[in-house]
Amino acid sequence: MNPTAILLATFILSIVGLFFFIWSLRRGMFDDTSSGARTIFTKGEIGQTEEPSADSAQRVRLQGVTDSNERDSGSEEGVSPIELSARIEADRSTAYPVYVMLASAGVWLVVASLAGLLSSLKLHWPDLLTEYAWLSFGRLRTIHLNAVAYGWAPMGTLGLSVWLLPRLLQTPLRGARLVILGAVIWNAALVAGLGGLAVGINAGMEWLEIPWQIGGLFAMGGMLIGLPMALMLGRRKVHHLYVSVWYMGAALFWFPTLYIVAKIPGLHFGVEQGTMNWWFGHNVLGLYYTPISLACVYYFLPKVIGRPIRSYNLSLLGFWTLAFFYGQVGAHHLIGGPIPEWLATLSIVQSMMMLIPVIAFSVNQHLTMVGYFSALKYSPVLRFILFGAIMYTVSSVQGSFEALRTVNAVTHFTHFTVAHAHIGLYGFVTMVIFGGIYFVMPRVLNIPWPKPALITWHFWLVVAGFAVYVITLSIGGILQGLALQDPNVPFMQSVALTIPWLQGRSIGGTLMTLGHLVFVYHIALMTLRVSSVPLDAPVIASQQHTA
Amino acid sequence: MENETKLLAGAMITLSLATAALVVLPFLQLKNVPPPEGLKPYTSEQLRGRQVYMSNGCIACHTQQPSSTGAGVVDSSRGWGRPSVAGDYYYDQPVLLGTMRTGPDLFNIGARQPSVDWQLGHLFQPRAYVPGSIMPAYPFLFEVKDPDNVSKAERVVALPPGTAAEGKVVVARPEALDLVAYLISLNHTYNALTPEQLKYAESRLSPARLKQDDKAEQRQEQAPETK
Repeated sequence: MNPTAILLATFILSIVGLFFFIWSLRRGMFDDTSSGARTIFTKGEIGQTEEPSADSAQRVRLQGVTDSNERDSGSEEGVSPIELSARIEADRSTAYPVYVMLASAGVWLVVASLAGLLSSLKLHWPDLLTEYAWLSFGRLRTIHLNAVAYGWAPMGTLGLSVWLLPRLLQTPLRGARLVILGAVIWNAALVAGLGGLAVGINAGMEWLEIPWQIGGLFAMGGMLIGLPMALMLGRRKVHHLYVSVWYMGAALFWFPTLYIVAKIPGLHFGVEQGTMNWWFGHNVLGLYYTPISLACVYYFLPKVIGRPIRSYNLSLLGFWTLAFFYGQVGAHHLIGGPIPEWLATLSIVQSMMMLIPVIAFSVNQHLTMVGYFSALKYSPVLRFILFGAIMYTVSSVQGSFEALRTVNAVTHFTHFTVAHAHIGLYGFVTMVIFGGIYFVMPRVLNIPWPKPALITWHFWLVVAGFAVYVITLSIGGILQGLALQDPNVPFMQSVALTIPWLQGRSIGGTLMTLGHLVFVYHIALMTLRVSSVPLDAPVIASQQHTA
Repeated sequence: MENETKLLAGAMITLSLATAALVVLPFLQLKNVPPPEGLKPYTSEQLRGRQVYMSNGCIACHTQQPSSTGAGVVDSSRGWGRPSVAGDYYYDQPVLLGTMRTGPDLFNIGARQPSVDWQLGHLFQPRAYVPGSIMPAYPFLFEVKDPDNVSKAERVVALPPGTAAEGKVVVARPEALDLVAYLISLNHTYNALTPEQLKYAESRLSPARLKQDDKAEQRQEQAPETK
């Protein structure tokens, strides 16, 4: 094996990526008129906001923000009733399976929050509840991770995908029962998996702790959910595939491949298993949660403010650079470890290359939002989605730099990595799922959110909790890393100095958990139709702001 | 983009590239790496202990990879040992490299702390041995008994005074004994290089570098006493 040749190949790939960047820059990257970006709007719909979670007063003001910006608004032409009825039909076809998935996501969110919070408390109160094996730190932390990684995040993102794809492809979902069956199998597998972890059945690798015998059920359930979506591609009534479809389509194929390769019993060995572990661990974030969450941002953000994304070419560039570079960054988790040196170098290079898709996305998102920031005041969905989008930028840029050897030397093996992971999976992915659910649920259940004030409570509780969590744990992690690097500092000091920061993290985690309880309580109220206000805004977007 | 076939083909090509780099190439490169001479296979007791280690998520706080760079620069001075190499993990299925150092690296815990009593007692109550430790206690790996009820086959744990309740003794369950057997087996202080590799490595090192390494080795030798 020639390391130079491998690294050279990487370099050439990177250069090709860069050429792509320059090429797309030449082709009028900042064009205002990209027809592709308009596919999520029906004829004459641009300039019309859609915000199912806002009350009627907020809706009027939100529309006001858009009206003052969108000069060439085509709303006078009137919205095509045929396309709108297709959308209503699409929404109806998905309501039941989407509800099943999003509701189970909510349940897993609560399970994960409680397990995470108790784990956090145990790190500074190590003698808390030690007599029960299933409540010991190592098991609870694993349950927390798996309830997020295989419960909340996939059920949330798959639920939103099932809801979005029929809208994006303008064809109703067929095989809704298969999707429901898939979701049931998935959830059953997760119950078995988490129960197994609690009694000590653990396959031993991070992110892959649930053994393959149960993992096979995930593969089966996932396929039953994914198949109807894949079949929809062939029956679509749109000519153009919107950017969200690229991300979702790719992710729905990426994830099963990753999981199946990772779980083949008896194939992997020794250190190779370690590199495979991080190939999986990082790609499940980068090639599954990230693309689906980006797909949601690319749909909900323009839809809420009634304005197509500014640069469609930039989103194309962002997609392909993400696809090329993200897959190879995983080995930066093993820098300094027993892996081949070229592998660490490769992952560091590709981690830095990830700046391209991240900047492409961030610029695009900012250009789309310019002039519309006041819409945040009137749209709960937009608040969550934009917060998530910004955290995508933060966590990705941070992640790229954490891969550099000098930075890695400090942050590797510390709580800083945990804080970083939460910026990605919480600040970005979870906030986007929240935003998506606030948009989708009123369409699914055909009633408005019963208590809009709870949405505000939810938002500020989780944002405050998240801020406390990330700030305290990042500081604690850096201090810990510096202490670990100093041969004159005894190891126990690196433990002692993290305690106040770990306590801070528990405070943050408590606020986040409270926010989640508010969120799930709100969904429960909505499900039980405990609402003082009857639905005053019908599903049809055009009638929303006339109400 | 209008063509879903192109999209999915492209997506799978990029993933194949990544898989080739991170899974297939390491597979080919490492599949014939032999175990170092000093490394012994696990006994069945140690393997059971390894399962206990995995069941209880010890990996959440402990690495088993003294590093060659970065955070591992002082590993040898802490007595954690030389940087690990691929061959060290020959018998590990699955590999338990770990990502966190909330607790110390355990790659050579068997060399640093070979006492079964210390290991058992430390699992029962870490704070009785290491003040300020945030490691969880594992009382469920033990039984607290009246001294009269202890059979001869059972292992009574020697604990610092005041750790167990008055008039009671602490007996290790089989899981605890297995786990300790595994922990003590974690001893990778042998030389990882073959004589030829050693010669080659020496020829590549400058005299100044060699001196530094001597110092590091001396520190490492002293380390087991410092704990």
